[in-house]
Amino acid sequence: MSKIPLQFRHNGRDVAIFVDGGTNLLVALRELIGDMTPKFGCGQGGCGTCSVLIDGELHLSCLTLAETVAGRSVETLDGMKQGPNLHPLQRAFADNFAAQCGYCTPGMLMAAKALLDRNPSPSRDEVVEAISGNICRCTGYEPIVNAILAAAGGRVSA
Amino acid sequence: MAVTIKTFANASEAAGALSSDRSARYLGGGTLVMRALNEGDVSISTIVRAQDQALTRIDASGPRVTLGAGVTFARVLAERDLAFLHAPARSIGGPAVRNMGTVGGNLFAPSPYGDFTVALLALDATVAVQGGFGARDIPIEEFLQARDRQAGTLVLSVSCTRPASADAFRYRKIARIKPKGGAVITLAAHLPISGGRIAGARVALGSMAPTQIRARAAERALEGRSLDATAIAAAASAATEGTSPSDNALGSAWYRREIVGVHLRRLLSGQE
Repeated sequence: MSKIPLQFRHNGRDVAIFVDGGTNLLVALRELIGDMTPKFGCGQGGCGTCSVLIDGELHLSCLTLAETVAGRSVETLDGMKQGPNLHPLQRAFADNFAAQCGYCTPGMLMAAKALLDRNPSPSRDEVVEAISGNICRCTGYEPIVNAILAAAGGRVSA
Repeated sequence: MAVTIKTFANASEAAGALSSDRSARYLGGGTLVMRALNEGDVSISTIVRAQDQALTRIDASGPRVTLGAGVTFARVLAERDLAFLHAPARSIGGPAVRNMGTVGGNLFAPSPYGDFTVALLALDATVAVQGGFGARDIPIEEFLQARDRQAGTLVLSVSCTRPASADAFRYRKIARIKPKGGAVITLAAHLPISGGRIAGARVALGSMAPTQIRARAAERALEGRSLDATAIAAAASAATEGTSPSDNALGSAWYRREIVGVHLRRLLSGQE
């Protein structure tokens, strides 16, 4: 079966790859582009650790057929830091001990970014709702919610 | 195993490709079909897609509301004219799933999923499908009863009549995890009031049978009555009639039968 050519923007950079029919975006990002920041968790849409932004909208990369992003913009955690500096959300996660094992963190950060991009000063309930599709088995969510609120309020260390 | 992807510009070509190939599945938002592929479902060898704008159209201006099959729950939530469908749309998944999952795909979501379809069943929706023999409209109840045989047909849109008042349509999803979790059971009721009495009661249940079903005995208990404590008690005690729930990780069949009447009573009496 022949490979399918696929071009899209990955963190602001044009990429061109060849995918097998039925390949999901998570596999394309990790195995063909080498961006290991989105993680494989459940493959079912239940855990959210593969979350990425497609044209600014939060999507689950494991449930996205790779070729549906042709010509579109895909943002992952790898594109979040600004040069040597962490993104304020990343800084806030570190300050607030919002990561323990860290496996959910890429998805949490993308879900948080999707929220803050359209709602810069969310309420606590809105933060809880925004990360409701992301499962964390370590932190009990409170430090994560606090970190996102801290980032929204500009309360992050330099 | 690699699958063949067939992308079409319009829905009727996609419907043709779908009806002529038993191993073809239509890809909407991906939350069902990509999940099946990730789990190694070898029965799917072809994925059919359509980039037809008609499939993502919302017509919510008049009394009759039509949602293209490819409309996502996020778009339902963004539409002020669809306020009566916001509770069911919001009850599905987290934000990412709502950005992906579609109204048409939800019709095929197996129990315990398919919450939006419970709402559509209570609203007596019509499903527009296109098969090998052309397009036709099917009442949603008929569609669901034959759902296993619908794989070769493409759902184009669903439509329903807007409830006369906000109070006439009620929805409740019972989940162990909030704000997001799979349903233990899902309930929806459409109770149009005419001259102080219920005329055309429809009560729909999710996770109480292999597909979403109507609680006909509960509907009979409400029909022609005013929505008072006696009618509500009669409907609640009849809620399990005709149901056949099963056990899963979210709840046992026994538990579902035990709670369905309780939650129907709360839904009908407007309790939180």
